[in-house]
Amino acid sequence: MNAISRRKLITTGLAATAGLVGLTAADRMAQRYGLIPPDHSGLYGPGETLTYAAQRLLTKHSLAREFPRSMISKSPFANEVAPPNALFKSLQPNNFADWRLTVEGMVAHTASLSLSDLKSLPRSSQITEVACEEGWSYIAEWIGTPLVDVLNAVSVSPHARYVAYYGTEKGLWDSIDMGDALHPQTLLTWGMNDGDLPVPFGGPLRIRVPRQLGYKSVKYLTRLTVTDSLKHFGKGLGSSSPEAGYAWYAGI
Amino acid sequence: MPCYSPHVSATGSPRNPDTPRHTALVRVTHWITVLAFFALLLSGLEILISHPRFYWGETGNVMTTPLFTLHIPSSRDMVPTGYGFVMPDQNGWSRYLHFQAAWLLVLTGLVYAIYILWTGHLRQNLLPAPADRSWRASRAVITKYLRREPPAPSEAHSYNVLQRIAYLGVLFVLFPLVIWTGLALSPSFDSAVPFAVNILGGRQSARTLHFFVTDALVLFLIVHVAMVILSGFRTRMRAMITGRTTASPATAPAAIASPSIASQERA
Repeated sequence: MNAISRRKLITTGLAATAGLVGLTAADRMAQRYGLIPPDHSGLYGPGETLTYAAQRLLTKHSLAREFPRSMISKSPFANEVAPPNALFKSLQPNNFADWRLTVEGMVAHTASLSLSDLKSLPRSSQITEVACEEGWSYIAEWIGTPLVDVLNAVSVSPHARYVAYYGTEKGLWDSIDMGDALHPQTLLTWGMNDGDLPVPFGGPLRIRVPRQLGYKSVKYLTRLTVTDSLKHFGKGLGSSSPEAGYAWYAGI
Repeated sequence: MPCYSPHVSATGSPRNPDTPRHTALVRVTHWITVLAFFALLLSGLEILISHPRFYWGETGNVMTTPLFTLHIPSSRDMVPTGYGFVMPDQNGWSRYLHFQAAWLLVLTGLVYAIYILWTGHLRQNLLPAPADRSWRASRAVITKYLRREPPAPSEAHSYNVLQRIAYLGVLFVLFPLVIWTGLALSPSFDSAVPFAVNILGGRQSARTLHFFVTDALVLFLIVHVAMVILSGFRTRMRAMITGRTTASPATAPAAIASPSIASQERA
């Protein structure tokens, strides 16, 4: 074996070892810091993982852009919704006085909150943009109760990693990681532009996740489940979006 | 002085015939970029047809006046297109593919950028030679192209000034712009770097600019492929795939250096 091939062998060996060690370390770091999205498997898993990991490292605490009142859209677009289900129709005549949001899962005390319960908590408002993955957008003022306040009230387990949430639209559910769940702008929204939240925009209760695309902001919210794993929720991909072919993480 | 006098630059000097026309790294990154670009173009088109309307400013939707509308059918039924039918909705996997291909393109571009700075490829083969940094030099190349004159021998192993300007424009203007306008469409990225979208005039302006920069890249692609075909498709493709400018370099090494064959080569 001559000097050059020995040198090559040593270099290649060192590079391969360094690569393996690097990959193992990266994987361990990614697991530890929650950089792997629930829809990380499959053909588009690598791209999704890179996007989610990069965003979690870059934007964990950043705030969605807020706009001046003058920029509130004169003609917001409500988008299509599924026909209301029986529960929704039964609660609507009474102006949703009996609407309940249940909070369950890895919490010290489960809760069932009415709209007035929510409104008795400190209110928050934000003028943020709804951006649909199709390309359109509008700005509105959203008024509600920060999710973090509700989670603090029920005492979330320190092992919690996600909050899954459900509305009355059939088959539609989603989830966010604790970074987004505890984010000050994640809002249980019951008001819009100085009025009640209109039904076409998700009234009486909609979750707003302003750092992600519109489809994460599920309308007609009825249930929150705090969990440490999304494996047993639906097909285990994190929400109904990946089951329909859309990314779980919609912050892009 | 109507005649074009070819500049003999250091990079155009006769080289060892075994030296590849394009290095392995340039060839590999070129074809990965081709793959990623077509994936981005196809998926981008699929995303576009879900809302083929463009706006200027921060917001825009079917209730507001568009800047312009593409007269193509949409994959969503609430977009007024004038067509009586709705295209199949392929937005889901198209978006997954778009971002994965974007990562591939950006990471490949990063490797390429480090390479061209590290090896001097940028300075030697992409930045115009000092003698070519004039309108006169560019005009001379245009004249040559229009007269369909054969390329100078020096061009067999290097790029002329117009090619260099075009490649530099794609590398340092269009690609950065398309990445920037694309990132500006990420609500999460904008939360961390709000000026990225604000200085473009808002979210809808960024989307419209993303479309225009893509158009410019497609225009480059059309001209690029046309020039490859006009200057000898087989030799040019061989050079970018195998690195070699002739079919069998091992059997006829002497012929490669001859100007008659070399003069057929043009990137």
